[in-house]
Amino acid sequence: MIPSEHIAVLLILIGTIFSFLSAVGLIRLPDIYTRAHALSKGSTIGVLFTLVGTFFFFVLEGYFSIRLFLGIFFVFLTAPVAGHVIVRAAYRSNVALAKESVQDDLRDVIGVAKENKEQL
Amino acid sequence: MIQGILICSLVFLSFAIFATIFRLVKGPTAPDRIQALDALGINIISGVAIFSVFIRSTAFFEVILLIGILSFIGTIAFARYIERGVVIERNDSE
Repeated sequence: MIPSEHIAVLLILIGTIFSFLSAVGLIRLPDIYTRAHALSKGSTIGVLFTLVGTFFFFVLEGYFSIRLFLGIFFVFLTAPVAGHVIVRAAYRSNVALAKESVQDDLRDVIGVAKENKEQL
Repeated sequence: MIQGILICSLVFLSFAIFATIFRLVKGPTAPDRIQALDALGINIISGVAIFSVFIRSTAFFEVILLIGILSFIGTIAFARYIERGVVIERNDSE
């Protein structure tokens, strides 16, 4: 029977492995959009595993921390929003896609909007 | 046992932070660097949590909350500045 503290520490180890894999994606992928795809999901799940493991570790010692619970909630709420806002800013400021990209559906919509604004 | 697993976790997290700093230095465009800063803030949150388990202290949880809030606000402000050239818009319609 594994002691329950070891379960909390194993949750922390799983979370750091997720962060490490998302950092490998951050190095190897060619483009800001593909990197955002790897990094937003990977870092979010990694930090959530780590914080939940820490939370359980201190709950088992008899200390329920409302600040750590608020931190988990806030990171869970804001990390996807930050990833989306960065990618939108990159696309609106004309950062080029990678050479391997085969499809760009937003080019028609946003390009037409920019032309209309220039005509006005 | 617990100390060994925590040191292994800190080694993995150090590799993640080194990769993030590499992208922060090398990134060809400004949004790449903003993305790397966001990831750096999130990894530092993980590092503070692991360290607080490592020394069995509950004194660092305010630090976790504060780094999360400041990293998010900085990311949003940089992204708006790159997208529109202004962070806070005023309606100067006459």
